[in-house]
Order: sequence, then structure tokens, then C-alpha cells
Amino acid sequence: MSQAIAGPAPIAVELPTLSLREAWPWALFGLILMLLAVYFVGAEQGATSLISGNAVHEWVHDARHLLGFPCH
Amino acid sequence: MLTLRDFLVRGLLAGLIAGIAAFFVAYAVGEPPVAASIAIEEAAGGHDHGDEAEEAAAAADEGTEVPRPVQSTVGLATGMLVLGTALGGATGLLTGAAMGRLFSRTNVRATALAVNGVAFVTLFFVPYLIYPPNPPAVGNGETIGYRTALYFAMVALSIAGAAIALALARNLRHQIGSWYAGLAGVATYVVIAVAALGVMPRYDEVPAEGFPPSLLWEFRLSSLLVQIVLWGVIGVVLAELSHRAVAQKAAPRPTQLIDA
Ligand SMILES: [Zn+2]
Repeated sequence: MSQAIAGPAPIAVELPTLSLREAWPWALFGLILMLLAVYFVGAEQGATSLISGNAVHEWVHDARHLLGFPCH
Repeated sequence: MLTLRDFLVRGLLAGLIAGIAAFFVAYAVGEPPVAASIAIEEAAGGHDHGDEAEEAAAAADEGTEVPRPVQSTVGLATGMLVLGTALGGATGLLTGAAMGRLFSRTNVRATALAVNGVAFVTLFFVPYLIYPPNPPAVGNGETIGYRTALYFAMVALSIAGAAIALALARNLRHQIGSWYAGLAGVATYVVIAVAALGVMPRYDEVPAEGFPPSLLWEFRLSSLLVQIVLWGVIGVVLAELSHRAVAQKAAPRPTQLIDA
């Protein structure tokens, strides 16, 4: 991609980089929320249970099987 | 001003769209083998009603609280949308963090596609090689804890391998160039993944008889297809949205200013 010298150069501009320094606390928070979502779809009321009963497991049951998580 | 938050929002949106696409594929291709498996399970009397009450969650009990027609439609959609959105948000953040640093210095579309390709291989495909998904009727309810622990341990090893490989490739870039650094990264990941696949314990709970091999194949293939569609759609949509975000918010500025 080093043909930026010839002619009316196409947009071979270097991309900006985003500062991660001030963003990491809430990015981490977001990742934890996403992990929680993965946990509820993939594992809750299977190997471990945060909520009693079997409703969560059954509600997402087919998605859990088809997404490849161990189910039962 | 372009921030990580812009990528998070676009990733969540891409994930939602991918979840919808994955739902349709799962419903069309995945539900038939799931329904056939449940029919076999029930014909074999797979309901262990005598199980201990505490073990109810782990028991192979189908459709006691949520009726099957709900599980295979709204339930399936919930799972696909929630997982798709979560994974999309995560790869959105990773794409934002990787922009200009990893995979490409000039093309954010390439970065987004590469992030999603790496995520597909790392989070799904390599664990799939050793712990392939099983349909209902396959699997012993008593070992669910063990199998879940193995599955997530394999995912964690795979993530660690990818992180090491990416760090190595990034550090080697200035010495041997992007191409060879990329190859070194891929080789590093392959070595770590093959070692993990060799070391992790294996199990096979497919019944010796009573479950058609062709049905197992159909189910596992449909599962793979669902994941390919999920990551493919996240990748393409995120690539396009990221490109537009950069074009709108970052390009007009001659110099990049990073302020809050
Ligand atoms: Zn199940």
C-alpha cells in the first residue's frame, strides 16, 4: 500500500489510533457485561446456577446447543 | 472525535444484525436435527424423573417449564440475539483498539475483518476441534460440570495463545516486516493451539448405538454454519460501519488529536 506518492493519491492515509488510557475502565466494564451475557446464554443452570430453577436453561436451550456450548 | 465508544456502539449493532441472521440460519438448518434428536431422546425414555432435586438443572429434562415450540423460536432467537450482540460489542471494542495498530495501518475494514476472523478461530473453531457440540440425547447429564469446565478452559487457552501470537507479531514487525511477523504470529498460535488440543482431556459421550451418525453430522455441521454466519456478518457489518465512522469523524482532520 505504498503507492501514495503517484498522482492523485487514493486515501492511503494512516489511520488514527485511539487512546486506550482513559477508556479502559468502562471498556473493561462493558467486556464484563458481555461475558455475563455469554454466561447466561452458554452456561447458566447447567454446570452452575445463579438463578434457581430451569427456566433460563430451557429458554436459551436450542441456542446453547447450536452455538456449541455443552448443554446436557 | 472518534473514540472507543463509537466502535462499541457499532459493534453492538453489527452483533445484533448478525444475531438475527444467525437465528434464521439456526432455525432453518439447526432446528430440524435438534427436533430429530429430541424425538430420539424421548423415544429412548431419556427423562430421568427420579433425579435428585438439586440436580434438576443438570438433568436431561426437556421442555418441563418452557414448551418446545417456544424454545425453538423465541428462545432460540433470544439466545442468538443476546450472544450476537455481546460478541459484536466485544469485537467492536477490539477493532477500535486494534485500529492503526494491528493488521492494517490504513484500512479499518481489513482490521475489522481480521479481528472477527481471529475471534472466530480462537473462540469457536479451535475449541470445536476437540469439544464439538452435541445435540440433545447425546451427553451424560452428570458430567455437565466437567464438560463445561473443559470447554471454557480450552477457550481460555486459545485466547491466551492468540494474545501471545499477536503480541509477538507486533513486536517483530519492525525487525522482519509485517508479512513475516504475521506468519510468525500464525505459527505461534498454531503451535500453542495444537499443544492445547494434544494435552486437554477428551471425552466421547455419543452413544455406541441408537443415535444415527448422519444426524450427529447434520447437527455439528449446522452448528458450524451458524457460527460462520454469526462471525461473518459481524465482520462485514462492523467493517463497513467502522469505515464510515472513520471517514466521517477522523478523515477531515489533518492531524489526529486525542482528547476527551
Ligand atoms: Zn440440551
